[in-house]
Amino acid sequence: MQDSNIKNPIIEFVDVSFSYEAEDDGTQKVLDKINLSIKPGEFICILGHNGSGKSTLAKLTNAIYVPQKGRVVVDGKDTADENLVNDIRQTVGMVFQNPDNQIVATIVEDDVAFGPENLGVAPEEIRQRVDKALKDVGMYDYRHHEPHKLSGGQKQRIAIAGILAMQTKCMVLDEPTAMLDPVGRAEVFETVMRLNKDFGITVIFITHFMEEAVKAERVLVMDDGKIVQDGSPREVFSDVQKIKSVGLDVPQASELCYRLRKAGIDLPPGMLDEEECANAIIKAAEDIS
Amino acid sequence: MIRDITIGRYFPGNSLLHRLDPRMKTLVVFAMIIMLFLCKNFYSLGLMALVIFILSLISKVPLKMLLKSLKPLIFIVIFTAVLNIFYTQGGQELFKFWIFKVSDKGIYTAVFMATRIILLVTVSSLLTYTTTPTSLTDALEKLMSPLKVFKIEVHTIAMMMTLALRFIPTLIEEIDRIMNAQKARGADWESGSLISRAKALIPILVPLFISSFRRAYELAFAMECRCYTGGQGRTRMKQMKMRFPDFSTAAFALLLFSAIILLNLNFVGVI
Repeated sequence: MQDSNIKNPIIEFVDVSFSYEAEDDGTQKVLDKINLSIKPGEFICILGHNGSGKSTLAKLTNAIYVPQKGRVVVDGKDTADENLVNDIRQTVGMVFQNPDNQIVATIVEDDVAFGPENLGVAPEEIRQRVDKALKDVGMYDYRHHEPHKLSGGQKQRIAIAGILAMQTKCMVLDEPTAMLDPVGRAEVFETVMRLNKDFGITVIFITHFMEEAVKAERVLVMDDGKIVQDGSPREVFSDVQKIKSVGLDVPQASELCYRLRKAGIDLPPGMLDEEECANAIIKAAEDIS
Repeated sequence: MIRDITIGRYFPGNSLLHRLDPRMKTLVVFAMIIMLFLCKNFYSLGLMALVIFILSLISKVPLKMLLKSLKPLIFIVIFTAVLNIFYTQGGQELFKFWIFKVSDKGIYTAVFMATRIILLVTVSSLLTYTTTPTSLTDALEKLMSPLKVFKIEVHTIAMMMTLALRFIPTLIEEIDRIMNAQKARGADWESGSLISRAKALIPILVPLFISSFRRAYELAFAMECRCYTGGQGRTRMKQMKMRFPDFSTAAFALLLFSAIILLNLNFVGVI
């Protein structure tokens, strides 16, 4: 019953600060004393406008960057320890924004095999992992295809399969849907959701699409190197003013309810999707009449 | 024009040629290239042409695709042929105008050279059409591995080739996009002198370079994230194994080699 409390966090940020070397005057602070704890199996969406530090946060999770102050601990391992870098990257896999720049091989299955090959997995096992990973993302029929002939959504699913084949516990996706059309976006997001549900893979999904964020278990809003909101989508999106103050939009349903409430109609806060919103409005209308 | 580039294109299939061990395939193609250079007369060259023709039938690669790989080389073929017509000395003079003399030997050499180039291109594109770039570079890595003795980073070279082949289509798309963007702003590559046309290419090359560096940077991140640390301790999903067909191919190549030498000796007694 107390299961979630027993579990240790899979990723933990303790007072993490990070700054880039700026060209002219010293350094530019990107992250400012971040404290964050992520439990195994969570599905987290990180929102934030450009330059809010969300990409940097992602890159700190698997030791691409190492914090200048504070520590990042992944599955009990400190990312600052250079001997553990490969272990950490076997725990946290990463998918990037541009699908073209992360595919290494010219044939789909060869690309998925790249990670396990690097880890020195035995050939027969790589074959099994690759086939399973491709089936899990629904790209098995395309295993002999050339990636450059596939759509953006399909390419991203191959990138995801590449991480699955490494059998990481955690998957960080840095705006994987930003360059995709709506169909590809839905494809990728649903794949990730399913992997989270079926295999309990911890997911950190960075996005600026609200319709994706509302489906997460937990939403983090970042602004100016700080986490300004942390909670369930319902909690986060009920504070419409706060979200707007950091330069983000809320889901359309939340926006509509917010405006109606401002106009004096009695609606509960934190409406997320259209159906919920419509039902609440019908109820409010019935109450009035 | 830019889309005609077929370097490293793979044509998926399951023919005998597709299934051969890439190491053996590479070696045999390499041997056949040498044989093509050893050919001295039309008998040996004709035999090579016949063999390459049969191989392309076996590979089931459509003739159209093979011709496509020849397309960018038409200019070189014609250029070599023309040069050979005029520069070959001796033989019987057929006709003459101004300072140019055309002899039967000249025409003979021209046709010979043109055929040789076409066969060279065809046999090497047969290799890339029937071998995935990954297994091709894997094969090269294995074949070059003796070079490790001289401290040559064989794995790095093979990885560079893999990535180069992987990014050819991506960069072609990119060039296309940049050219369209420049065209929309009124850029013109078709008119003007050679120099001004070359200059007009600069606005294409600069963005291409910049974006290539950005791609390289992101790719390096992505590879690191997937635990790439170089060739040490890497395994391969696809293990290469020489089987009966591979040995028969080797035997066949040896036979072909002897046949070429014999035909070169001209014991048939013509030309």
